[in-house]
Amino acid sequence: MPFSHLHELKSQLDGGETTASTLAENYLKRIQTHNPTLNAFVHYDDKHVMAQAEASDAHRAKHGPRALEGLPIAIKDIFCSTDSPTTCCSNILKEYVAPYDAHVISLLREAGAVLLGKTNMDEFAMGSSNETSVFGPVRNPWNIDCIPGGSSGGSATAVAAGLAPAALGTDTGGSIRQPAALTGTVGMKPTYGRVSRRGIIAFASSLDQAGPMTRCVRDAALVTSVIAGHDARDATSVADAPVLDWLAACDRKDMKGLRIGKPAEYFIDGMHPEVTKAVDAALETCRDLGAEIVDISLPHTKYAVATYYVIAPSEASANLARYDGVRFGHRCSNPADLSDMYTRTRDEGFGAEVKRRILTGTFALSSGYYDAYYRKAQQVRTLIRRDFEKAFEQVDVIATPTSPMPAFRLDEKTDDPITMYLADIFTIALNLAGLPGLSQPCGVAEGLPVGLQWIAPAWREDVLLSAASAFEDATEWHTRTPDGFDTVGGAA
Amino acid sequence: MDVQKVAELARIRLTDEEAAELAPQLEHILKYVDSLQGLDTGDVSPTAHPHDAAMPLRADIADNPSRRNALQMPAPKTESGLYVVPKVIE
Repeated sequence: MPFSHLHELKSQLDGGETTASTLAENYLKRIQTHNPTLNAFVHYDDKHVMAQAEASDAHRAKHGPRALEGLPIAIKDIFCSTDSPTTCCSNILKEYVAPYDAHVISLLREAGAVLLGKTNMDEFAMGSSNETSVFGPVRNPWNIDCIPGGSSGGSATAVAAGLAPAALGTDTGGSIRQPAALTGTVGMKPTYGRVSRRGIIAFASSLDQAGPMTRCVRDAALVTSVIAGHDARDATSVADAPVLDWLAACDRKDMKGLRIGKPAEYFIDGMHPEVTKAVDAALETCRDLGAEIVDISLPHTKYAVATYYVIAPSEASANLARYDGVRFGHRCSNPADLSDMYTRTRDEGFGAEVKRRILTGTFALSSGYYDAYYRKAQQVRTLIRRDFEKAFEQVDVIATPTSPMPAFRLDEKTDDPITMYLADIFTIALNLAGLPGLSQPCGVAEGLPVGLQWIAPAWREDVLLSAASAFEDATEWHTRTPDGFDTVGGAA
Repeated sequence: MDVQKVAELARIRLTDEEAAELAPQLEHILKYVDSLQGLDTGDVSPTAHPHDAAMPLRADIADNPSRRNALQMPAPKTESGLYVVPKVIE
Protein backbone atom coordinates (compact mmCIF):
# COMPACT_ATOMS: atom_id res chain seq x y z
CA MET A 1 0.00 0.00 0.00
CA PRO A 2 -0.73 2.44 -1.48
CA PHE A 3 1.06 1.57 -4.71
CA SER A 4 1.26 -2.19 -4.17
CA HIS A 5 1.01 -4.48 -7.13
CA LEU A 6 -1.75 -7.04 -7.34
CA HIS A 7 0.65 -9.99 -7.16
CA GLU A 8 2.32 -8.49 -4.07
CA LEU A 9 -1.02 -8.18 -2.33
CA LYS A 10 -1.79 -11.75 -3.36
CA SER A 11 1.44 -12.96 -1.69
CA GLN A 12 0.65 -10.95 1.45
CA LEU A 13 -2.83 -12.42 1.61
CA ASP A 14 -1.63 -15.95 0.94
CA GLY A 15 1.12 -15.51 3.55
CA GLY A 16 -1.39 -14.38 6.16
CA GLU A 17 0.22 -10.93 6.47
CA THR A 18 -3.01 -9.13 5.69
CA THR A 19 -6.68 -9.83 5.07
CA ALA A 20 -9.12 -8.90 2.36
CA SER A 21 -10.99 -6.79 4.91
CA THR A 22 -7.89 -4.79 5.79
CA LEU A 23 -7.08 -4.20 2.14
CA ALA A 24 -10.65 -3.16 1.35
CA GLU A 25 -10.68 -0.77 4.29
CA ASN A 26 -7.41 0.82 3.19
CA TYR A 27 -8.47 1.27 -0.41
CA LEU A 28 -11.84 2.68 0.64
CA LYS A 29 -10.02 5.19 2.82
CA ARG A 30 -7.90 6.21 -0.15
CA ILE A 31 -10.93 6.52 -2.40
CA GLN A 32 -12.74 8.69 0.16
CA THR A 33 -9.69 10.94 0.49
CA HIS A 34 -8.72 11.35 -3.14
CA ASN A 35 -11.82 10.75 -5.22
CA PRO A 36 -13.28 14.23 -4.62
CA THR A 37 -10.22 15.62 -6.46
CA LEU A 38 -9.75 12.91 -9.09
CA ASN A 39 -13.37 11.87 -9.85
CA ALA A 40 -12.18 8.39 -10.81
CA PHE A 41 -15.08 6.48 -9.20
CA VAL A 42 -18.70 7.25 -10.03
CA HIS A 43 -20.31 4.64 -7.73
CA TYR A 44 -18.97 2.83 -4.71
CA ASP A 45 -20.64 1.49 -1.62
CA ASP A 46 -18.42 1.04 1.46
CA LYS A 47 -20.69 -1.46 3.15
CA HIS A 48 -20.99 -3.63 0.08
CA VAL A 49 -17.22 -3.59 -0.49
CA MET A 50 -16.61 -4.61 3.12
CA ALA A 51 -19.23 -7.37 2.85
CA GLN A 52 -17.45 -8.82 -0.20
CA ALA A 53 -14.09 -8.62 1.60
CA GLU A 54 -15.44 -10.35 4.71
CA ALA A 55 -17.00 -13.06 2.57
CA SER A 56 -13.64 -13.53 0.85
CA ASP A 57 -11.80 -13.84 4.17
CA ALA A 58 -14.38 -16.41 5.25
CA HIS A 59 -13.98 -18.34 1.99
CA ARG A 60 -10.21 -18.37 2.40
CA ALA A 61 -10.48 -19.65 5.97
CA LYS A 62 -12.87 -22.43 5.00
CA HIS A 63 -11.82 -23.49 1.50
CA GLY A 64 -8.48 -21.81 0.76
CA PRO A 65 -7.82 -19.06 -1.78
CA ARG A 66 -9.14 -18.80 -5.33
CA ALA A 67 -7.18 -17.09 -8.15
CA LEU A 68 -7.92 -13.49 -7.07
CA GLU A 69 -9.03 -14.18 -3.50
CA GLY A 70 -9.53 -10.91 -1.60
CA LEU A 71 -7.92 -8.74 -4.27
CA PRO A 72 -9.64 -5.39 -4.83
CA ILE A 73 -10.45 -4.48 -8.45
CA ALA A 74 -12.15 -1.38 -9.86
CA ILE A 75 -14.59 -1.79 -12.74
CA LYS A 76 -15.27 0.60 -15.61
CA ASP A 77 -18.92 1.67 -15.54
CA ILE A 78 -19.58 -0.15 -18.83
CA PHE A 79 -19.69 -3.66 -17.28
CA CYS A 80 -23.16 -4.74 -16.18
CA SER A 81 -23.30 -5.70 -12.52
CA THR A 82 -26.34 -6.48 -10.42
CA ASP A 83 -25.09 -4.91 -7.21
CA SER A 84 -24.52 -1.34 -8.37
CA PRO A 85 -25.74 1.05 -11.06
CA THR A 86 -24.29 0.58 -14.57
CA THR A 87 -24.64 3.92 -16.31
CA CYS A 88 -21.97 4.08 -19.04
CA CYS A 89 -21.65 7.63 -17.65
CA SER A 90 -24.70 8.65 -19.71
CA ASN A 91 -27.91 10.39 -18.73
CA ILE A 92 -29.86 7.80 -20.67
CA LEU A 93 -28.76 5.05 -18.22
CA LYS A 94 -28.42 7.17 -15.11
CA GLU A 95 -30.81 5.07 -13.02
CA TYR A 96 -30.02 1.71 -14.63
CA VAL A 97 -29.30 -1.36 -12.53
CA ALA A 98 -28.58 -4.38 -14.73
CA PRO A 99 -30.59 -7.57 -14.19
CA TYR A 100 -27.49 -9.73 -14.78
CA ASP A 101 -23.71 -9.65 -14.37
CA ALA A 102 -21.39 -9.33 -17.35
CA HIS A 103 -19.60 -12.64 -17.97
CA VAL A 104 -16.25 -11.20 -16.86
CA ILE A 105 -17.84 -9.81 -13.68
CA SER A 106 -19.10 -13.32 -12.87
CA LEU A 107 -15.60 -14.67 -13.50
CA LEU A 108 -14.04 -12.08 -11.17
CA ARG A 109 -16.58 -12.89 -8.44
CA GLU A 110 -15.99 -16.63 -8.85
CA ALA A 111 -12.24 -15.98 -8.52
CA GLY A 112 -12.80 -14.24 -5.18
CA ALA A 113 -12.08 -10.65 -6.27
CA VAL A 114 -13.52 -7.75 -4.27
CA LEU A 115 -15.16 -5.26 -6.64
CA LEU A 116 -14.40 -1.77 -5.37
CA GLY A 117 -16.92 0.14 -7.46
CA LYS A 118 -17.54 1.63 -10.88
CA THR A 119 -15.10 3.97 -12.54
CA ASN A 120 -15.71 7.06 -14.63
CA MET A 121 -15.43 6.94 -18.43
CA ASP A 122 -16.34 8.87 -21.54
CA GLU A 123 -20.06 8.54 -22.23
CA PHE A 124 -20.61 5.13 -23.90
CA ALA A 125 -16.78 4.92 -24.18
CA MET A 126 -16.84 7.59 -26.89
CA GLY A 127 -13.91 9.86 -26.22
CA SER A 128 -10.17 10.00 -25.64
CA SER A 129 -10.01 12.35 -22.65
CA ASN A 130 -12.80 11.30 -20.25
CA GLU A 131 -14.41 14.71 -20.74
CA THR A 132 -17.68 13.43 -22.22
CA SER A 133 -18.81 11.71 -18.99
CA VAL A 134 -22.08 12.97 -17.55
CA PHE A 135 -20.35 12.80 -14.14
CA GLY A 136 -17.68 15.28 -15.22
CA PRO A 137 -14.06 14.79 -16.22
CA VAL A 138 -11.49 12.62 -14.46
CA ARG A 139 -8.23 14.26 -13.40
CA ASN A 140 -4.80 12.87 -14.13
CA PRO A 141 -2.94 12.28 -10.83
CA TRP A 142 0.34 13.34 -12.49
CA ASN A 143 -1.13 16.79 -13.07
CA ILE A 144 -4.71 17.42 -12.07
CA ASP A 145 -5.10 20.12 -14.73
CA CYS A 146 -4.62 17.38 -17.33
CA ILE A 147 -6.94 14.68 -18.64
CA PRO A 148 -6.13 11.01 -17.91
CA GLY A 149 -6.96 9.89 -21.45
CA GLY A 150 -10.04 7.92 -22.35
CA SER A 151 -12.33 6.34 -22.53
CA SER A 152 -11.22 4.21 -19.53
CA GLY A 153 -9.93 7.34 -17.74
CA GLY A 154 -11.42 6.53 -14.34
CA SER A 155 -9.87 3.06 -14.29
CA ALA A 156 -6.48 4.49 -15.35
CA THR A 157 -6.51 7.22 -12.71
CA ALA A 158 -7.71 4.81 -10.01
CA VAL A 159 -4.71 2.55 -10.64
CA ALA A 160 -2.20 5.39 -11.19
CA ALA A 161 -3.17 7.14 -7.94
CA GLY A 162 -3.27 3.90 -5.95
CA LEU A 163 -7.03 3.96 -5.34
CA ALA A 164 -7.14 0.40 -6.69
CA PRO A 165 -4.33 -2.06 -7.46
CA ALA A 166 -6.02 -3.07 -10.71
CA ALA A 167 -9.02 -2.16 -12.83
CA LEU A 168 -10.98 -3.41 -15.81
CA GLY A 169 -11.28 -1.26 -18.90
CA THR A 170 -12.56 -1.70 -22.43
CA ASP A 171 -10.77 -0.81 -25.63
CA THR A 172 -12.56 -0.06 -28.92
CA GLY A 173 -9.94 2.21 -30.49
CA GLY A 174 -7.38 2.61 -27.71
CA SER A 175 -9.53 3.16 -24.63
CA ILE A 176 -7.36 0.93 -22.41
CA ARG A 177 -3.92 1.63 -23.88
CA GLN A 178 -4.10 5.42 -24.38
CA PRO A 179 -5.21 6.23 -20.79
CA ALA A 180 -2.68 3.66 -19.49
CA ALA A 181 0.04 5.51 -21.41
CA LEU A 182 -1.09 8.92 -20.16
CA THR A 183 -1.20 7.82 -16.52
CA GLY A 184 1.97 5.67 -16.41
CA THR A 185 0.14 2.37 -15.94
CA VAL A 186 0.02 -0.92 -17.85
CA GLY A 187 -2.99 -1.62 -20.04
CA MET A 188 -3.61 -4.62 -22.25
CA LYS A 189 -6.21 -5.14 -24.96
CA PRO A 190 -6.43 -8.87 -25.60
CA THR A 191 -7.06 -10.36 -29.05
CA TYR A 192 -10.62 -9.73 -30.27
CA GLY A 193 -12.66 -12.77 -29.25
CA ARG A 194 -10.42 -13.62 -26.27
CA VAL A 195 -12.68 -12.07 -23.60
CA SER A 196 -16.46 -12.39 -23.61
CA ARG A 197 -18.36 -9.22 -24.46
CA ARG A 198 -21.60 -10.46 -22.88
CA GLY A 199 -22.89 -7.84 -20.46
CA ILE A 200 -20.43 -5.18 -21.58
CA ILE A 201 -22.50 -2.32 -22.92
CA ALA A 202 -21.82 -2.39 -26.65
CA PHE A 203 -20.23 0.52 -28.50
CA ALA A 204 -18.77 -1.01 -31.71
CA SER A 205 -19.27 -4.77 -31.57
CA SER A 206 -16.55 -5.78 -34.05
CA LEU A 207 -13.93 -3.74 -32.16
CA ASP A 208 -14.82 -3.78 -28.43
CA GLN A 209 -12.65 -5.86 -26.12
CA ALA A 210 -12.19 -5.82 -22.33
CA GLY A 211 -8.83 -5.97 -20.59
CA PRO A 212 -6.82 -5.18 -17.46
CA MET A 213 -5.24 -1.93 -16.29
CA THR A 214 -2.54 -2.50 -13.67
CA ARG A 215 0.72 -1.22 -12.20
CA CYS A 216 2.90 -3.92 -13.80
CA VAL A 217 2.91 -6.48 -16.58
CA ARG A 218 2.58 -9.53 -14.33
CA ASP A 219 -0.64 -8.12 -12.85
CA ALA A 220 -2.06 -7.70 -16.35
CA ALA A 221 -1.33 -11.38 -16.98
CA LEU A 222 -2.91 -12.36 -13.66
CA VAL A 223 -6.19 -10.54 -14.37
CA THR A 224 -6.31 -11.68 -18.01
CA SER A 225 -5.86 -15.30 -16.99
CA VAL A 226 -9.12 -14.99 -15.02
CA ILE A 227 -11.27 -12.97 -17.45
CA ALA A 228 -10.24 -14.71 -20.71
CA GLY A 229 -11.98 -17.76 -22.08
CA HIS A 230 -14.76 -18.93 -24.29
CA ASP A 231 -18.32 -17.91 -23.45
CA ALA A 232 -21.00 -19.69 -25.44
CA ARG A 233 -23.33 -16.74 -24.89
CA ASP A 234 -21.10 -14.37 -26.88
CA ALA A 235 -21.14 -15.52 -30.51
CA THR A 236 -17.88 -13.66 -31.20
CA SER A 237 -16.05 -15.29 -28.31
CA VAL A 238 -13.66 -17.70 -30.00
CA ALA A 239 -13.93 -21.28 -28.77
CA ASP A 240 -10.65 -22.80 -29.92
CA ALA A 241 -8.32 -19.88 -29.14
CA PRO A 242 -4.86 -21.11 -28.19
CA VAL A 243 -4.15 -20.39 -24.51
CA LEU A 244 -0.58 -20.10 -23.31
CA ASP A 245 0.74 -19.69 -19.79
CA TRP A 246 0.68 -15.90 -19.46
CA LEU A 247 2.16 -15.80 -15.97
CA ALA A 248 5.10 -17.94 -17.11
CA ALA A 249 5.53 -15.56 -20.06
CA CYS A 250 6.19 -12.80 -17.49
CA ASP A 251 9.32 -14.57 -16.20
CA ARG A 252 11.23 -13.52 -19.31
CA LYS A 253 14.23 -11.33 -18.44
CA ASP A 254 15.84 -10.81 -21.86
CA MET A 255 14.90 -10.37 -25.49
CA LYS A 256 17.45 -12.69 -27.09
CA GLY A 257 16.34 -13.60 -30.59
CA LEU A 258 13.27 -11.34 -30.48
CA ARG A 259 12.66 -9.50 -33.75
CA ILE A 260 10.94 -6.19 -33.00
CA GLY A 261 9.34 -4.31 -35.89
CA LYS A 262 9.61 -0.52 -35.88
CA PRO A 263 7.00 0.81 -38.30
CA ALA A 264 8.01 4.03 -40.07
CA GLU A 265 4.39 5.20 -40.06
CA TYR A 266 4.33 5.38 -36.24
CA PHE A 267 7.28 7.75 -35.94
CA ILE A 268 5.98 10.85 -37.66
CA ASP A 269 6.24 14.63 -37.80
CA GLY A 270 4.04 16.37 -35.30
CA MET A 271 4.73 13.93 -32.49
CA HIS A 272 5.87 15.40 -29.22
CA PRO A 273 9.72 15.34 -29.45
CA GLU A 274 10.08 13.97 -25.92
CA VAL A 275 7.73 11.08 -26.80
CA THR A 276 9.88 10.22 -29.82
CA LYS A 277 12.98 10.41 -27.65
CA ALA A 278 11.52 8.20 -24.92
CA VAL A 279 10.37 5.52 -27.38
CA ASP A 280 13.68 5.57 -29.26
CA ALA A 281 15.50 5.14 -25.94
CA ALA A 282 13.17 2.26 -25.06
CA LEU A 283 14.03 0.53 -28.35
CA GLU A 284 17.73 0.97 -27.52
CA THR A 285 17.08 -0.78 -24.20
CA CYS A 286 15.42 -3.61 -26.13
CA ARG A 287 18.48 -3.88 -28.35
CA ASP A 288 20.68 -4.08 -25.24
CA LEU A 289 18.45 -6.90 -24.02
CA GLY A 290 19.24 -8.85 -27.17
CA ALA A 291 16.42 -7.85 -29.52
CA GLU A 292 16.88 -7.13 -33.18
CA ILE A 293 15.12 -3.92 -34.31
CA VAL A 294 13.74 -4.29 -37.83
CA ASP A 295 12.46 -1.33 -39.84
CA ILE A 296 9.06 -2.23 -41.23
CA SER A 297 6.20 -0.50 -43.04
CA LEU A 298 2.47 -0.63 -42.37
CA PRO A 299 1.51 1.42 -45.43
CA HIS A 300 -2.22 1.80 -44.76
CA THR A 301 -1.74 3.23 -41.27
CA LYS A 302 -2.68 6.72 -42.44
CA TYR A 303 -6.18 5.47 -43.29
CA ALA A 304 -6.81 3.86 -39.89
CA VAL A 305 -8.45 6.81 -38.14
CA ALA A 306 -10.77 7.54 -41.09
CA THR A 307 -11.68 3.85 -41.38
CA TYR A 308 -12.41 3.70 -37.67
CA TYR A 309 -14.58 6.83 -37.77
CA VAL A 310 -16.83 5.14 -40.32
CA ILE A 311 -16.97 1.65 -38.78
CA ALA A 312 -17.20 2.56 -35.09
CA PRO A 313 -19.98 5.19 -35.45
CA SER A 314 -21.89 2.91 -37.83
CA GLU A 315 -21.87 0.05 -35.36
CA ALA A 316 -22.62 2.50 -32.55
CA SER A 317 -25.66 3.90 -34.34
CA ALA A 318 -27.05 0.36 -34.58
CA ASN A 319 -26.11 -0.62 -31.01
CA LEU A 320 -27.49 2.55 -29.46
CA ALA A 321 -30.82 2.20 -31.24
CA ARG A 322 -31.90 0.11 -28.21
CA TYR A 323 -32.11 3.23 -26.02
CA ASP A 324 -35.66 4.11 -26.96
CA GLY A 325 -37.25 4.69 -23.55
CA VAL A 326 -39.17 1.39 -23.65
CA ARG A 327 -37.24 -1.40 -21.92
CA PHE A 328 -34.68 0.42 -19.80
CA GLY A 329 -33.14 3.78 -19.15
CA HIS A 330 -34.50 7.27 -19.38
CA ARG A 331 -37.92 8.13 -20.85
CA CYS A 332 -38.92 11.74 -21.47
CA SER A 333 -41.93 13.06 -19.54
CA ASN A 334 -45.42 13.30 -21.07
CA PRO A 335 -44.69 12.07 -24.59
CA ALA A 336 -47.32 13.20 -27.10
CA ASP A 337 -46.96 10.03 -29.17
CA LEU A 338 -44.48 7.22 -29.82
CA SER A 339 -42.29 9.22 -32.17
CA ASP A 340 -42.15 12.13 -29.74
CA MET A 341 -41.15 9.67 -27.01
CA TYR A 342 -38.25 8.22 -29.03
CA THR A 343 -36.87 11.50 -30.29
CA ARG A 344 -37.11 13.47 -27.05
CA THR A 345 -35.88 10.55 -24.90
CA ARG A 346 -32.80 10.26 -27.09
CA ASP A 347 -32.25 14.01 -27.30
CA GLU A 348 -32.39 14.32 -23.50
CA GLY A 349 -30.44 11.13 -22.85
CA PHE A 350 -27.40 11.41 -25.11
CA GLY A 351 -24.57 13.93 -24.85
CA ALA A 352 -23.06 15.88 -27.75
CA GLU A 353 -20.28 13.44 -28.71
CA VAL A 354 -22.62 10.43 -28.64
CA LYS A 355 -25.09 12.29 -30.86
CA ARG A 356 -22.31 13.22 -33.29
CA ARG A 357 -21.29 9.57 -33.59
CA ILE A 358 -24.84 8.24 -33.91
CA LEU A 359 -25.54 10.79 -36.65
CA THR A 360 -22.26 10.06 -38.45
CA GLY A 361 -23.00 6.34 -38.33
CA THR A 362 -26.64 6.73 -39.35
CA PHE A 363 -25.51 8.75 -42.35
CA ALA A 364 -22.80 6.25 -43.32
CA LEU A 365 -25.33 3.41 -43.23
CA SER A 366 -28.15 5.29 -44.91
CA SER A 367 -29.51 4.39 -48.31
CA GLY A 368 -27.28 5.66 -51.11
CA TYR A 369 -24.21 6.13 -48.89
CA TYR A 370 -23.62 2.61 -47.54
CA ASP A 371 -21.25 1.48 -50.30
CA ALA A 372 -19.28 4.71 -50.39
CA TYR A 373 -18.73 4.81 -46.65
CA TYR A 374 -19.37 1.61 -44.71
CA ARG A 375 -18.41 -0.94 -47.35
CA LYS A 376 -15.41 1.13 -48.40
CA ALA A 377 -14.22 1.34 -44.79
CA GLN A 378 -14.61 -2.43 -44.40
CA GLN A 379 -12.44 -2.92 -47.49
CA VAL A 380 -9.75 -0.61 -46.13
CA ARG A 381 -10.00 -2.56 -42.89
CA THR A 382 -8.93 -5.63 -44.85
CA LEU A 383 -5.91 -3.74 -46.23
CA ILE A 384 -4.92 -2.64 -42.70
CA ARG A 385 -5.23 -6.23 -41.49
CA ARG A 386 -3.05 -7.47 -44.37
CA ASP A 387 -0.36 -4.89 -43.51
CA PHE A 388 0.00 -6.53 -40.10
CA GLU A 389 -0.09 -10.07 -41.51
CA LYS A 390 2.74 -9.17 -43.85
CA ALA A 391 4.75 -7.47 -41.11
CA PHE A 392 4.46 -10.50 -38.86
CA GLU A 393 6.14 -12.62 -41.55
CA GLN A 394 9.26 -10.57 -40.76
CA VAL A 395 9.01 -9.82 -37.03
CA ASP A 396 7.68 -11.37 -33.79
CA VAL A 397 6.26 -8.21 -32.29
CA ILE A 398 5.86 -4.52 -33.18
CA ALA A 399 6.80 -1.60 -30.92
CA THR A 400 5.42 1.93 -31.27
CA PRO A 401 4.53 4.92 -29.14
CA THR A 402 1.04 4.47 -27.62
CA SER A 403 0.12 8.13 -28.00
CA PRO A 404 1.81 10.87 -30.05
CA MET A 405 1.68 13.21 -27.04
CA PRO A 406 1.55 13.13 -23.24
CA ALA A 407 -1.64 14.03 -21.34
CA PHE A 408 -3.12 17.33 -22.52
CA ARG A 409 -5.01 19.93 -20.53
CA LEU A 410 -8.74 19.76 -19.85
CA ASP A 411 -10.74 21.57 -22.57
CA GLU A 412 -7.68 21.75 -24.81
CA LYS A 413 -9.14 19.58 -27.56
CA THR A 414 -12.88 19.70 -27.07
CA ASP A 415 -13.65 22.27 -29.79
CA ASP A 416 -12.88 20.17 -32.83
CA PRO A 417 -13.81 16.47 -32.89
CA ILE A 418 -11.09 15.56 -35.40
CA THR A 419 -8.28 16.89 -33.19
CA MET A 420 -9.56 14.64 -30.42
CA TYR A 421 -9.93 11.66 -32.79
CA LEU A 422 -6.25 11.97 -33.74
CA ALA A 423 -5.24 11.29 -30.12
CA ASP A 424 -5.88 7.61 -30.99
CA ILE A 425 -3.82 7.63 -34.19
CA PHE A 426 -1.45 4.86 -32.96
CA THR A 427 -3.95 2.66 -31.14
CA ILE A 428 -6.82 2.31 -33.62
CA ALA A 429 -5.26 0.11 -36.31
CA LEU A 430 -4.86 -2.92 -34.09
CA ASN A 431 -8.54 -2.84 -33.08
CA LEU A 432 -9.42 -2.87 -36.77
CA ALA A 433 -7.15 -5.90 -37.20
CA GLY A 434 -8.37 -7.57 -33.99
CA LEU A 435 -4.82 -7.89 -32.62
CA PRO A 436 -3.64 -7.80 -29.01
CA GLY A 437 -1.77 -4.73 -27.74
CA LEU A 438 -0.19 -3.61 -24.51
CA SER A 439 0.98 -0.21 -23.28
CA GLN A 440 3.58 0.19 -20.55
CA PRO A 441 5.40 3.22 -19.15
CA CYS A 442 8.71 3.98 -20.88
CA GLY A 443 9.64 7.57 -20.10
CA VAL A 444 8.42 11.10 -19.49
CA ALA A 445 7.50 14.12 -21.61
CA GLU A 446 6.88 17.43 -19.87
CA GLY A 447 7.11 15.47 -16.63
CA LEU A 448 4.15 13.31 -17.69
CA PRO A 449 4.23 9.56 -18.44
CA VAL A 450 4.93 8.22 -21.94
CA GLY A 451 3.67 4.83 -23.08
CA LEU A 452 5.37 2.16 -25.19
CA GLN A 453 2.91 0.08 -27.21
CA TRP A 454 3.53 -3.55 -28.12
CA ILE A 455 1.49 -5.24 -30.86
CA ALA A 456 1.53 -9.02 -31.43
CA PRO A 457 -0.11 -11.44 -33.85
CA ALA A 458 -3.59 -12.67 -32.93
CA TRP A 459 -3.67 -14.94 -29.84
CA ARG A 460 -0.04 -14.14 -28.96
CA GLU A 461 -0.59 -12.17 -25.75
CA ASP A 462 2.31 -14.26 -24.42
CA VAL A 463 4.67 -12.43 -26.80
CA LEU A 464 3.43 -9.03 -25.56
CA LEU A 465 3.78 -10.10 -21.94
CA SER A 466 7.30 -11.54 -22.41
CA ALA A 467 8.63 -8.49 -24.22
CA ALA A 468 6.98 -6.06 -21.80
CA SER A 469 8.20 -8.04 -18.77
CA ALA A 470 11.79 -8.03 -19.99
CA PHE A 471 11.57 -4.28 -20.61
CA GLU A 472 10.02 -3.71 -17.19
CA ASP A 473 12.73 -5.79 -15.52
CA ALA A 474 15.43 -3.65 -17.14
CA THR A 475 13.89 -0.24 -16.39
CA GLU A 476 12.42 1.72 -13.49
CA TRP A 477 9.60 3.58 -15.23
CA HIS A 478 6.85 1.41 -13.76
CA THR A 479 8.04 2.19 -10.23
CA ARG A 480 7.39 5.94 -10.52
CA THR A 481 4.37 7.25 -8.65
CA PRO A 482 2.63 10.63 -8.76
CA ASP A 483 3.26 13.03 -5.86
CA GLY A 484 0.61 13.72 -3.26
CA PHE A 485 -1.04 10.30 -3.14
CA ASP A 486 1.32 8.35 -0.91
CA THR A 487 -0.01 9.03 2.58
CA VAL A 488 -3.56 7.93 3.40
CA GLY A 489 -4.07 4.23 4.07
CA GLY A 490 -0.29 3.84 4.30
CA ALA A 491 -0.08 0.82 6.57
CA ALA A 492 -1.34 -2.39 5.07
CA MET B 1 -25.57 16.33 -45.32
CA ASP B 2 -29.14 17.15 -44.35
CA VAL B 3 -28.68 16.98 -40.57
CA GLN B 4 -32.37 17.08 -39.71
CA LYS B 5 -33.09 14.22 -42.10
CA VAL B 6 -30.34 12.07 -40.57
CA ALA B 7 -31.51 13.01 -37.07
CA GLU B 8 -34.99 11.86 -38.03
CA LEU B 9 -33.58 8.50 -39.18
CA ALA B 10 -31.67 8.24 -35.89
CA ARG B 11 -34.78 9.26 -33.90
CA ILE B 12 -33.02 12.12 -32.16
CA ARG B 13 -34.82 15.43 -31.82
CA LEU B 14 -32.57 18.34 -32.69
CA THR B 15 -33.47 21.98 -32.28
CA ASP B 16 -32.56 24.16 -35.26
CA GLU B 17 -29.75 25.67 -33.19
CA GLU B 18 -28.35 22.20 -32.40
CA ALA B 19 -28.59 21.20 -36.06
CA ALA B 20 -26.81 24.39 -37.10
CA GLU B 21 -24.03 23.71 -34.62
CA LEU B 22 -23.69 20.04 -35.61
CA ALA B 23 -23.73 20.57 -39.37
CA PRO B 24 -20.19 21.95 -39.77
CA GLN B 25 -18.81 19.39 -37.28
CA LEU B 26 -20.38 16.50 -39.19
CA GLU B 27 -19.22 17.96 -42.51
CA HIS B 28 -15.71 18.14 -41.09
CA ILE B 29 -15.86 14.47 -40.00
CA LEU B 30 -17.17 13.40 -43.41
CA LYS B 31 -14.52 15.41 -45.18
CA TYR B 32 -11.92 13.68 -43.06
CA VAL B 33 -13.23 10.17 -43.74
CA ASP B 34 -13.48 11.03 -47.44
CA SER B 35 -9.71 10.46 -47.56
CA LEU B 36 -10.64 6.78 -48.00
CA GLN B 37 -12.18 7.52 -51.37
CA GLY B 38 -8.77 8.08 -52.98
CA LEU B 39 -7.71 4.52 -52.18
CA ASP B 40 -8.23 1.87 -54.83
CA THR B 41 -9.97 -1.00 -53.08
CA GLY B 42 -11.07 -2.70 -56.31
CA ASP B 43 -12.07 -6.26 -55.45
CA VAL B 44 -10.71 -6.26 -51.87
CA SER B 45 -13.12 -8.25 -49.73
CA PRO B 46 -14.64 -6.31 -46.83
CA THR B 47 -13.79 -7.25 -43.23
CA ALA B 48 -16.80 -7.46 -40.92
CA HIS B 49 -15.12 -9.52 -38.21
CA PRO B 50 -11.41 -9.46 -37.37
CA HIS B 51 -10.89 -13.22 -37.53
CA ASP B 52 -11.88 -15.76 -40.09
CA ALA B 53 -12.94 -18.11 -37.32
CA ALA B 54 -16.23 -19.84 -38.00
CA MET B 55 -19.14 -18.82 -35.84
CA PRO B 56 -19.38 -21.53 -33.22
CA LEU B 57 -22.71 -23.24 -32.66
CA ARG B 58 -23.82 -24.17 -29.19
CA ALA B 59 -25.89 -27.17 -28.26
CA ASP B 60 -29.60 -26.56 -28.73
CA ILE B 61 -30.58 -26.88 -25.10
CA ALA B 62 -33.16 -24.55 -23.57
CA ASP B 63 -31.55 -22.75 -20.64
CA ASN B 64 -33.53 -19.56 -20.53
CA PRO B 65 -35.58 -19.50 -17.39
CA SER B 66 -38.39 -16.97 -17.17
CA ARG B 67 -36.92 -13.81 -15.70
CA ARG B 68 -39.59 -11.41 -16.84
CA ASN B 69 -39.88 -9.57 -13.55
CA ALA B 70 -36.15 -9.06 -13.19
CA LEU B 71 -35.73 -8.04 -16.80
CA GLN B 72 -38.61 -5.58 -16.62
CA MET B 73 -37.36 -3.95 -13.42
CA PRO B 74 -35.37 -1.30 -15.31
CA ALA B 75 -38.26 -0.43 -17.66
CA PRO B 76 -39.80 3.04 -17.32
CA LYS B 77 -43.38 1.73 -17.48
CA THR B 78 -44.85 -1.78 -17.41
CA GLU B 79 -48.27 -3.27 -16.74
CA SER B 80 -49.23 -6.94 -16.38
CA GLY B 81 -45.83 -7.97 -17.72
CA LEU B 82 -46.09 -5.75 -20.78
CA TYR B 83 -44.18 -2.61 -21.73
CA VAL B 84 -46.41 0.44 -21.83
CA VAL B 85 -45.83 3.03 -24.58
CA PRO B 86 -47.93 5.94 -25.87
CA LYS B 87 -50.93 4.97 -27.95
CA VAL B 88 -49.87 3.97 -31.47
CA ILE B 89 -53.23 3.47 -33.22
CA GLU B 90 -55.97 6.09 -33.00
